[in-house]
Amino acid sequence: MSNGIFVSGDEAVALAVRQARPQVIAAYPITPQTIVVERLADYVEDGSLNSRYIYVESEHSAMCACLGACVMGARAFTATSSQGLLYMVEGLHYASGCRFPIVMMNANRSIAAPWNIYGDQRDSLSVLDCGWIQFYVENAQEAYDTMLQAYRVAETPDVMLPVMVNLDGFVLTHTYELVNTISQEEIDAYIPYRDYEYRLRMDGIRSTCVTAGPLYNMEFRYQQHQAMLRAAEVIGEVDRDFGARFGRSYGGLTEAYRCEDAEAVLVTLGSVAGTARCVVDAYRAKGKKVGLLKLRCMRPFPGAQVAEILGQTKSVGVLEKNISFGYEGTVYTNVCSALETAGVKLSAASYVGGLGGRSISKEDIGVIYDELLSGNQKRGEVEFVNLRRDICGA
Amino acid sequence: MERPRADLAFELKKLPLGPHFINGQLHEISSGMRTFRPVIDTEKCVKCLRCFLLCPEGTIDKSGETLEIDYDFCKGCGICARSCKLGAITMVKEADA
Amino acid sequence: MALNARTVTNKELFYGHKGCPGCGGAIAVRLAMKVLGERAIVCMPPSCMSTVAYIFPHMPMYVNSTIPPFAGTAAMMSGLLAGAQAMGLEDYYIVGIAGDGGTADIGIQALSGMIDRNDRAIFICYDNEAYMNTGVQKSGLTPRNMKTTNTPSGSNFHGNQSSKKRMFEIVAAHGIPYAATASVGYPEDYLAKVEKAKQCEGTSFIHVLSPCPTGWGTDTDVTVEIGKEAVDCGLWFLAEFENGRYRLNRDPGEFTSVENYLKRQSRFSNVDGKDLERIISERDAFWERARSTWDK
Repeated sequence: MSNGIFVSGDEAVALAVRQARPQVIAAYPITPQTIVVERLADYVEDGSLNSRYIYVESEHSAMCACLGACVMGARAFTATSSQGLLYMVEGLHYASGCRFPIVMMNANRSIAAPWNIYGDQRDSLSVLDCGWIQFYVENAQEAYDTMLQAYRVAETPDVMLPVMVNLDGFVLTHTYELVNTISQEEIDAYIPYRDYEYRLRMDGIRSTCVTAGPLYNMEFRYQQHQAMLRAAEVIGEVDRDFGARFGRSYGGLTEAYRCEDAEAVLVTLGSVAGTARCVVDAYRAKGKKVGLLKLRCMRPFPGAQVAEILGQTKSVGVLEKNISFGYEGTVYTNVCSALETAGVKLSAASYVGGLGGRSISKEDIGVIYDELLSGNQKRGEVEFVNLRRDICGA
Repeated sequence: MERPRADLAFELKKLPLGPHFINGQLHEISSGMRTFRPVIDTEKCVKCLRCFLLCPEGTIDKSGETLEIDYDFCKGCGICARSCKLGAITMVKEADA
Repeated sequence: MALNARTVTNKELFYGHKGCPGCGGAIAVRLAMKVLGERAIVCMPPSCMSTVAYIFPHMPMYVNSTIPPFAGTAAMMSGLLAGAQAMGLEDYYIVGIAGDGGTADIGIQALSGMIDRNDRAIFICYDNEAYMNTGVQKSGLTPRNMKTTNTPSGSNFHGNQSSKKRMFEIVAAHGIPYAATASVGYPEDYLAKVEKAKQCEGTSFIHVLSPCPTGWGTDTDVTVEIGKEAVDCGLWFLAEFENGRYRLNRDPGEFTSVENYLKRQSRFSNVDGKDLERIISERDAFWERARSTWDK
């Protein structure tokens, strides 16, 4: 039975966070995340959320406050976007290195300069190496569900890594959809408070977040890496378990949509996957064999799964709202590396679109599939989707 | 003497999960920094405790009948000798001590 | 009960650290811990004191502690406080212990935010007047004409060309419940102020002058003396800000010689007559203002 409520992506996140009962919230407002922190403030005010809401004066301080909360063993939450995410990068590395299970929502937004408040994925994709688990959700329902799964994954004892849940700015944060929610009792049973050994306590005084010189540093990093690899398994387990409990699941790290006999597959992430899904259905109805590989997680990167699914097709394109200047899209780099590691001989095409909030339409995706099917995709060069060639000398 | 002791034989057997560690464990001593060591003339000393208060290391223990210096952790800075109004502390060269 | 050498505990809560011999910062931290006790939760950013206190697995802190990111000491303190409250902890003191940079420069934004929130926490700045941990570079609290590695003293410039940031007044301007200046040269005064901060219901701030033999160019045994002389010659001052009012704790009346104070430290070895004049006139201007507008 559906109990769907009509909410925006941001509101769905706030609802999930309220129900996850973080004990400390420290967040600095930044478009298009603001609705999340505003709703949470409302919930604290009306008493439906018993959380300490810290009015920090910057995003760096927001992450530092969350670190402090975790040092004491409290469940923490923060949210940010683009400039804010980059302002707290030092804190991102810190949280992961300290093995603190912070959960953060990031509204994917373009990074200055030039200034732009609209959605693209350059912010989170530029911090893939900081040791956070990174989810990219497709719609408001997945946002709500993934926020809850995030706490479960983060607080798993042999993971203990912070988790970032990415929502495309405006396209997902500010659009309205029907979201089915879960009862508080069920969520309390799903993600009860979990204590951990290395928090501060009066019996067994310790120091946290300390140094590790040349003699110990690599071993700490090894442990961090192993935890991330373990997270790949845990993410799949958690998603399946979520499906069993609540009736919805998302394929774990990836979702292969109609890829079984596809001649061309588009790899993408975030809300674009939703648009691509429609195009796949339309093309299939016309007899064209196309598929969609949705990357739900960029870290840990599902390299083996990606190689296995793409190894069965002929033509692959990777569509992302990001570019690493002078080279290619970062998601593309990760995908190609996975193919190479698995010995899959396939040359994929790098598509960069949606930068600074430019829409990616079904037609745009149709053009990509047409290229992939006809073998006309660019090779060894990035294709900028829907570029205004006349004004930039392209 | 009521001062923490260093466990010089310590070897880390297993890395903790994350860079967090039980506090108050010492595995090195500081005496190597010393060129001079303070020596208290307990006859002259009236236990005004100024040296105890001002030592940057906290090596002077006031719990006993007379003041005691923890030479494992004294760095020989000389603040104690300088602060003693009765000249009850002398800085003696390590080599001659 | 007055806090002095007799009444403070024999127990050391900061022991076995790797600071330089004669370190003024170590005196400041050690004495603060005597007052704050075993239930303190210390937040110490990158600085001399944290570098020498956390050398995994050698751990000279004997209370719960953590290292925050450099710019975020006060923000992490707010998080520690919220976390402690969430966990139902009782009878604890959140203390930040930062140097020049962690307080007045890179750390000032977070400090301002914490004071604005009036979080119940104590922020102690041990001021050795430069970024000592990285090898004596100029900070916002570096006094005029001090030679540092990036404000060298030569024939063209005599060291630092700006005056010390008025950190105490900046903090007071926020309307903080309690702020104080102190010096390791007046240890009983400092102990009393730490005790007051401990009792403060909101945010408190203590700015304690902590001479550094290494960076100031003095012998290791005169740290406390220099800390006292700085106050006696008027270049530093002992004051409090409480209930919205400034109060001078000590007015030396007639100052001791500024020139003697400067000349015994090699960091001021290039100070000439003109520099001295300017330093003295800045000192006089401060004291004129403090004496006429602050309480006694």
